[in-house]
Amino acid sequence: MTDAKPVLHLEDIVKTFPGVRALDGVSFAVMPGEVHALMGENGAGKSTLMKVLGGIHQPDGGDIFVGDDKVTMAGPLEAKAKGIVFIHQELSLAEELSVAENIYLGELPRKSLGRVDWAKLADQTNAILKKLNVGFDARTRVGDLSIANQQMVEIARALTVDAKAVIFDEPTASLTDAEKVVLFDVIADLQADGVGIIYISHRMEEIFKITDRISILRDGQYQGTVVTADTDEESVTQMMIGRKLDLSRNASHHEIGDIALQVRGLSCGKLYQDVNFEVRRGEVVGFYGLVGAGRTEIAETLFGLRDPSAGQILLDGEEVRIHSPADAIARGISLVPEDRKGQGLVLGMNCRDNMTLPQVEDLKTGPFVAEGAEIAIFDQYRDRLDIRTPGWKQKVGNLSGGNQQKIVIGKWLSMHPSVLIVDEPTRGIDVGSKSEIHKLLRELAAQGYAVMVISSEMPEVLHVSDRIVAMYSGKVMRTFTSEEVTEDSLIQAISGLGDNQAA
Amino acid sequence: MQPGTLSKALKSGAIWGFIVLELIFFSVAGEYFSLSDKAFMDFENMLLLLKQSAPIGIIAMGMTIIMVNGNIDLSVGATFAIAAIVLLDSMTWPIFAGLGDWVIPVAWLLALLVGTLLGALNGLIVWKTGVDAFIVTLGSMLGFRGIVFMFNGENPTSHLNWTLVDFAEAEFLGLATASWFLLIVTLVIWFLMTKTVHGRNAYAIGDNREAAVNAGIRVGPHMMINFAIIGFLAALSAVVFYSESGSVNPNDGQLYELWVITAVVLGGTKITGGAGSVIGTFGGVIAIQLLRKGLGHIGADTSTVNLVIGLILIAVLFLDRQLNIKGKEELKV
Repeated sequence: MTDAKPVLHLEDIVKTFPGVRALDGVSFAVMPGEVHALMGENGAGKSTLMKVLGGIHQPDGGDIFVGDDKVTMAGPLEAKAKGIVFIHQELSLAEELSVAENIYLGELPRKSLGRVDWAKLADQTNAILKKLNVGFDARTRVGDLSIANQQMVEIARALTVDAKAVIFDEPTASLTDAEKVVLFDVIADLQADGVGIIYISHRMEEIFKITDRISILRDGQYQGTVVTADTDEESVTQMMIGRKLDLSRNASHHEIGDIALQVRGLSCGKLYQDVNFEVRRGEVVGFYGLVGAGRTEIAETLFGLRDPSAGQILLDGEEVRIHSPADAIARGISLVPEDRKGQGLVLGMNCRDNMTLPQVEDLKTGPFVAEGAEIAIFDQYRDRLDIRTPGWKQKVGNLSGGNQQKIVIGKWLSMHPSVLIVDEPTRGIDVGSKSEIHKLLRELAAQGYAVMVISSEMPEVLHVSDRIVAMYSGKVMRTFTSEEVTEDSLIQAISGLGDNQAA
Repeated sequence: MQPGTLSKALKSGAIWGFIVLELIFFSVAGEYFSLSDKAFMDFENMLLLLKQSAPIGIIAMGMTIIMVNGNIDLSVGATFAIAAIVLLDSMTWPIFAGLGDWVIPVAWLLALLVGTLLGALNGLIVWKTGVDAFIVTLGSMLGFRGIVFMFNGENPTSHLNWTLVDFAEAEFLGLATASWFLLIVTLVIWFLMTKTVHGRNAYAIGDNREAAVNAGIRVGPHMMINFAIIGFLAALSAVVFYSESGSVNPNDGQLYELWVITAVVLGGTKITGGAGSVIGTFGGVIAIQLLRKGLGHIGADTSTVNLVIGLILIAVLFLDRQLNIKGKEELKV
């Protein structure tokens, strides 16, 4: 630690919402030229803290100092004016507007009569874009850019003002490795200029690669700050969840049965081409690749949400055409979708109704819904999956992420599938519940389900899979067994660098 | 050519293509069915059409900015009626008796002020309560209409001022007063939406409200200003129209909100906000007026006109959806 003055200093911040103490005495300081990681499980208070810092919420107690001055943030523009810049996740863009308008959102340069100074706007924007070395210009419509490029637009916002501190919130969630390098360069440049950086991420490997210190929150409470070089993943995780975590590889191999699902030469336009793989009963097959590699699209095709342009799908050795999700369900395929809250659950409905949603048509006594049968189904899967809820009447929206995910899994298990496809099963779920979900997936395979797991997290695929299919831009690069896979070979395969030993 | 360029070009030009199609259809059909022997595309007829588009068109410009902003205003028809009553009735008030013809600008200002205030009131409620604009303006539509009926029961409110009528019926460079107002309003709102920071922020708010809030754009005041603008324009529309007619029925302006919204949607504004243009709306207004006039020209009655416009609206939205789907790769709903 140096004796330099912190650029940004939070002291004893308290924020309460009705019934919840979201932040309870949080203090930490960011030095100039430092990359300071902020970590914590979901719901630990990271986003609340950032909203307090950005002036969207007012703290109930505590002080914020920028340099030597104590400040109260009245709003995001004021925070920006004081040199505190936020880089949000990609959802913070207006798709119909141009790149330039998005970068300068809220502070477009003006001429007389409140007119926008388009020439100045374009010049400033192009200067920034040049620094970022991207392939689009100021006039491009943001909606026409790839997700990764949209993220670069978001990052470009950090360069519009003379920043004192820049807060990156999960900036790499949708970046490719090449773009990550550009991002880390940008961060290094900012660092060299003496800017303090707060870096929020769940990805340990990034945290350990670029940060200097790590501050950890748990349940709204400040757990401490550690110097990155003096610590390791395990102890950071322990501070985050308060206990140790089982990070071992999947070791137990159980009985592998017949081929349940086979895919031959499956293509869907530009999304993916000539995909071959099979999934046996009792096996977990992991699909690993970058966002946009075509993994989710394959799952959607198998579930009847997309029509393949070529290729065959075989279920139990028999070729099938799947035209709709109803078709897929009838044939024993279930999909636990990527976006749990948007696609998997009706958040305002109670646990029981969510779980029986796909089969409520069949659960009837006369013209009425058979409540008894529904409760029986709910009880059965609550016990089997260990879903922790006060009762079936609880609204799903009130459950934790892990329990929500279990409800979705229970919903599909109750349809008695033979193939279970799980897309990003632990996205947005905290570390503790993650390992429970992993265990559950292993158990389901042991019970004879054929399980496909799509994931962007390497520890996850390594941990749960018997075999791993590595994908890169719509193509299967290689299939690994859990014995032969190494992190290096997997990364090479998904970056399109691997020795093309397609399985 | 990039993929999607064609559909984009089709979409932005679609309304004008539709207008050309209408012109051709009614000209040809008019040859066979029309009772008059004047051609449909007669120049006089087209000028009249522009004039008749004015009441809906002026409001539609305001509705464009409201809808781009991600809101909707159902109360414009009722605001229109209130402004009309204020305009005509205030000219008979004893305090203005000594003004002579100078009462006209005073009455105009009063009507415009009332419209602006009613609009701002809508905006203030949407801003401060956070209730959806649809619900707020549904309420104010009923409420404002109630005020209209409270004022004079079922009876019309009339006052004819001949100076005013002369002004309203005057022509300048071949265009009627109402047409001039429509063109000027279109130009001003176009300038507002494409050239000013306020206009661009309106797009940003409608497109991604959270992003706008995060960027420090004050969403509430922006929305209130836009509601005040549409209130002003609803009143301006009334001022232009009733200066000529001199008599307002308590039912006047009913269903205006729906015609206006139809024109805006036909003109390509996204119902969810964030995209749309004043020029497109202008096309939408002209297209609807052409359809009404054209169907009349070939002898269809008013009820048929409504049926046809309803069908076309649905067909247009369906087409728009089809153009937006990117082919077979698209996820099924």
